Amino acid sequence: MSILIDEKTPILVQGITSEKATFHTKEMIAAGSKVVAGVTPGKGGQTHCGAPVFNTVKEAVKATGASASIAFVAPAYAADAIMEAADAGIRLVCSITDGIPAQDMMRVKRYLKRYPKERRTMLVGPNCAGIISPGKAMLGIMPPHIYIQGSVGLISRSGTLGYEAASQMKALGIGISTSVGIGGDPINGSSFLDHLALFAEDDETEAVLIIGEIGGPQEAEAAAWVQANMTKPVVGFVAGLTAPKGRRMGHAGAIISAAGDSAAEKAEIMRSYGMTVAPNPAEFGSTMAQVLSKGQARRISA
Amino acid sequence: MDIHEYQAKQLLAQFGVAVPPGVVACTPEEASYAAIELGGSRWAVKAQIHAGARGKAGGIRLCTSYREVRQAADDLLGKRLVTLQTGPEGQPVNRVYIESAAPFERELYLGYVLDRKAERVRVIGSRHGGMEIEEIVKTDPDAIMQVVVEPAVGLQAFEARELAFQLGLGGKQVQRAVETILGAYRAFRDCDASMLEINPLVVTKDDRVFALDAKMSFDDNALFRRQNVAAMYDSTQQDPREAQAAEHNLNYIGLDGEIGCIVNGAGLAMATMDMIKHAGGSPANFLDVGGGASPERVATAFRLVLSDDKVRSVLVNIFAGINRCDWVAQGVVQACRETAIKVPLVVRLAGTNVEAGRKIIKESGISIVSAETLGEAAAKAVAACRGNGIAIKAAN
Repeated sequence: MSILIDEKTPILVQGITSEKATFHTKEMIAAGSKVVAGVTPGKGGQTHCGAPVFNTVKEAVKATGASASIAFVAPAYAADAIMEAADAGIRLVCSITDGIPAQDMMRVKRYLKRYPKERRTMLVGPNCAGIISPGKAMLGIMPPHIYIQGSVGLISRSGTLGYEAASQMKALGIGISTSVGIGGDPINGSSFLDHLALFAEDDETEAVLIIGEIGGPQEAEAAAWVQANMTKPVVGFVAGLTAPKGRRMGHAGAIISAAGDSAAEKAEIMRSYGMTVAPNPAEFGSTMAQVLSKGQARRISA
Repeated sequence: MDIHEYQAKQLLAQFGVAVPPGVVACTPEEASYAAIELGGSRWAVKAQIHAGARGKAGGIRLCTSYREVRQAADDLLGKRLVTLQTGPEGQPVNRVYIESAAPFERELYLGYVLDRKAERVRVIGSRHGGMEIEEIVKTDPDAIMQVVVEPAVGLQAFEARELAFQLGLGGKQVQRAVETILGAYRAFRDCDASMLEINPLVVTKDDRVFALDAKMSFDDNALFRRQNVAAMYDSTQQDPREAQAAEHNLNYIGLDGEIGCIVNGAGLAMATMDMIKHAGGSPANFLDVGGGASPERVATAFRLVLSDDKVRSVLVNIFAGINRCDWVAQGVVQACRETAIKVPLVVRLAGTNVEAGRKIIKESGISIVSAETLGEAAAKAVAACRGNGIAIKAAN
């Protein structure tokens, strides 16, 4: 098992004919993804990367049964692409686009709530590296070779810091069930909490690593949920200890503007809710290794 | 992106928000002409900088003659104004705003923010205008009224009316406040603002309601579709290095430390700074070169980081995903040749094409300390910064 995607998930690529999308579609296929369709308005009828291209998402879903999509769409049109996918019944949309206006995201989030929970779309991102279930499938833009298949769930705002964590774990022989990038925007799709809940139910996942950043309430919400609901160990980290107040650190959402926004405060909240906090970003791997070995010991003694 | 008070007021006026008559001036002569043009007998001369708390810092002068207006403008223009919000070096005053100063009876607070938790626009009102909202939250939290706007339909008249009554307004004041509350919301929405603060919103004896001060910030991601807003950008209010970085689409933020950082990805950049601190050093900057770090971008990043003379060593940390290490390595080598780098340089490459990248660095013949892990890179950069160059070479 893994969460969100595996080798059987039928995947649609929005904006498939662009150069960037072509490169990443090939990478996704090589990583095991089942790409069944592409959409580029005006290019319906063509075949690209071995997949049929459609003018609209609705047509693509009807013809191929695609249930997950990744959108390679410029910021100005990205919100539209997400809403089109949601309206066509796509259950999982990954948006990698960096630079979507915040008010567009506000409207997207409102739009997604039009649908009843049982058919509501989960959005991953925007401004994220996407999702990978190593050895099975990828719906994203990460370098697949830095991940090995295993039992740790990884959720990270930052793409490259997620890579850092995955490679530290790989160096210690620790593999990953699924890695999800939730993105660095102030208003984003799914949160740490959404994916933690999925990892909690996933048989293959033994522990979870969540890597947050300064700004916003999502890390604290996730920590509270961990204490109340999670039986598996969760390791946390919050980047930006040295970030000055009121300055936007690259990511549109990485800004200390309210109480509880700083890295130190969030890490303290994580600790107070029983999470293990990695002491520094060079120790994701070693902290997870310790937690995993303790977890096994606890099971044996019980 | 931030704008000046006079620009915010011009913008708000277009959306039906009442503002006092005012004229912007760049010289003392223009200032006194502005006062003549405005008429009346009392004027406020207000320094235009991208920061608040101007009043307490002497950035707002009340004048009762043309001569005083001219003198106030002369005092303020060309100076750097230091307020509680600017930092010790202050902000340059290149323009003053001359406003007719009318007496008012009450000061209220009206603010609009993008609320991350609610994922909606939140309108905040308070009867305590003229003080910081953070202070009101602390001293009298019950005096804060809030409306969370449903994005599908926008702020409704009844919501604005409720807010106006809660603010203690009555009679003709109510309708005027409603126009201001709704107008400011439309300005916020239609210009892709991220923050709008009218503090104070004042009420006069004859029941007029107008914005005495106005502060607006905008979503950088939406500037592409708000040309009128983008045109109001004032680079003089930004740190020169940050302004230069913005021109090249690099994310740079200057800090106080000694180790220059060049990293790809915002999260990894923050983590690199954290790691430097953990290793006993202090970062000189935050710099994200982004996903597509071409040799040219890396070279630009180098020039930027090295233009800070506090920098005593440079740490390059690239985890290549879409990027390729060989590409980044070429950029590093090119930058070293072009910029005559005089401080020790530590480079850590990981990810796609890492072997090819390391080879390029090694064969360049340039004195570069390489590191394989994040921890090692930070430790070497800190050691290098302390002039411990020999120890690092030995460790290599």
